[in-house]
Amino acid sequence: MLLIIQTALELGMIYSLVALSLFISYSILNICDLSTDGCYTLGCAVGSVVAISGHPLLALPAAMGAGVCSGFVVAILQTYFGVESILAGIIVNTGLYTINLAVMGFSSNISLFGSDTIYDLFKKIAPDSAFWNEWSTLILLALLLLAVCLLIYWFLGTRLGLSIRATGDSPAMVRASSINPSFTVIVGLCISNALTGLAGCLIGQFNGSSDINLGTGMVTVALASLIIGEMFFHKGKMPMRILGVVVGSIVYRLVMSLALRLNVPTEAFKLVSAVIVAIALMLPQIRSMAALHRQKRRQMSMTWTKEDKGGDRNA
Amino acid sequence: MLELHGITKTFNPGTVNEKRALNGVELLMNDGDFATIIGSNGAGKSTMFNCIAGSFYPDTGCVLMDGMDITFVPEHRRAVYIGRLFQDPLMGTAPHMTIEENLAIAYLRASRHEHAIFSRISKKEKQQFREWLSMLNMGLEDRMSSPVGLLSGGQRQALTLLMATVVTPKVLLLDEHTAALDPTTAAKVLELTRQIVAERKITCLMVTHNMHQALEMGNRTLMMDDGRIVYDIAGKEREGMTVEDLLEKFAGRTGEDFDNDRILLSTEQNK
Repeated sequence: MLLIIQTALELGMIYSLVALSLFISYSILNICDLSTDGCYTLGCAVGSVVAISGHPLLALPAAMGAGVCSGFVVAILQTYFGVESILAGIIVNTGLYTINLAVMGFSSNISLFGSDTIYDLFKKIAPDSAFWNEWSTLILLALLLLAVCLLIYWFLGTRLGLSIRATGDSPAMVRASSINPSFTVIVGLCISNALTGLAGCLIGQFNGSSDINLGTGMVTVALASLIIGEMFFHKGKMPMRILGVVVGSIVYRLVMSLALRLNVPTEAFKLVSAVIVAIALMLPQIRSMAALHRQKRRQMSMTWTKEDKGGDRNA
Repeated sequence: MLELHGITKTFNPGTVNEKRALNGVELLMNDGDFATIIGSNGAGKSTMFNCIAGSFYPDTGCVLMDGMDITFVPEHRRAVYIGRLFQDPLMGTAPHMTIEENLAIAYLRASRHEHAIFSRISKKEKQQFREWLSMLNMGLEDRMSSPVGLLSGGQRQALTLLMATVVTPKVLLLDEHTAALDPTTAAKVLELTRQIVAERKITCLMVTHNMHQALEMGNRTLMMDDGRIVYDIAGKEREGMTVEDLLEKFAGRTGEDFDNDRILLSTEQNK
């Protein structure tokens, strides 16, 4: 059981990077960036190739760089060339499939077997300690995630970060403040996709392999995590919202591992994620419908009681 | 100094919906001029503002600012020296961000250094924002970290006015900026406008549907009709003018009566 929780935590932390990526594009910039699936695989492919031929540590910036490039293309398409933002993401996502194959030398999967990963390197710091052997991966991921969260928090407080936040909130106001909204969208999407690439790289080294279909449905999974997170910390300050995304992602993973333990087949996960996201996105509408229904019933019953009283008096 | 020469703009050219919105606009605004603009719906007031602010580019003609041709300068670049307020109080501010953050973004126009984009809001700036907010007399200085979405329309419009003028613009465009507010708040925002424009000697253009305002505010009144400025009065001629005279002028100039209910209503309300 402990092992399951540990794995769920580790995976949750990696996936929370993708959720943070969507937090920037979806929640802050108000853009549906659907290139996440391809970008995640791209990060994994680039990270794995660099880890095999170069150094596992070098894989991190390389994967992030690849993510930046992918995000840049998505952003350029929708800002300067006026492609609908959802379509821009889908187009890039499709194109990335071929690019990912090319990165992996036109094979659908590569194995990291025999080459070091960052987790191996970190483990080697104290190879004799049993505790370290068991927990080093989790500690490394937690440290990485903490650094990323702090960086995001710091960045969103800078003037550029504020401008990016304002772009999703009121583009007219951004233009009026002499900032080019196209520029802020580009920066935002580059950062967002760098995080996705990083997550892909970390999962690749974590699994010890890279697969062309790794990213399929990733955007829904990340959206589910993001929505779970925002349910916990809906209208908090920025640090709380960032924390919420991480917590949401970990909760999602825990729920998934619990399901796995209850012998739910792995194949069902995508459907479950899709249902979670669909329900969460439906919630506001359902709530207002329920409120309207209650209001109608209340007014009806009030009319009824008035008439009853009137009837009594007459009798 | 702001100059418009021979500006034309046609929407949907070559279709049944073709609409000639601007039809050769000529305008010269001297520094410190405060002109009010009247005209019925579709006269081209907002289109002219859009051309000055750069929301879209004119088909022909040019816009000059201090002698420099800015006809095709993108909107966000012009925002450094052109401030603008819309009728909708929701347009000029970011609702999910705090008052302080909104002001900080508006204040970006002051610093054009490359390294400034990674700087944070400093204590000194917070103090400065506080002072500016207290000038509005709306108690906003004590709510600096609450989201702008919680403010009333009037408060948001006052904040937008402050944001448009934190860095003194060369030209301020006011597009019926008090029309969506209740009378008391509108009067307050108008008073603030008058005060700020006078103090900083900002060149200002204000669209209004209120004839009294049109004669009372500023030093010039422009009348627009059918995509042109048909009437431009200032100085002595303007001082002796009454609302009735203005309405008459309009009828005489365009050969038709004011058929705009809003204008008639607002003149009657203020009699």
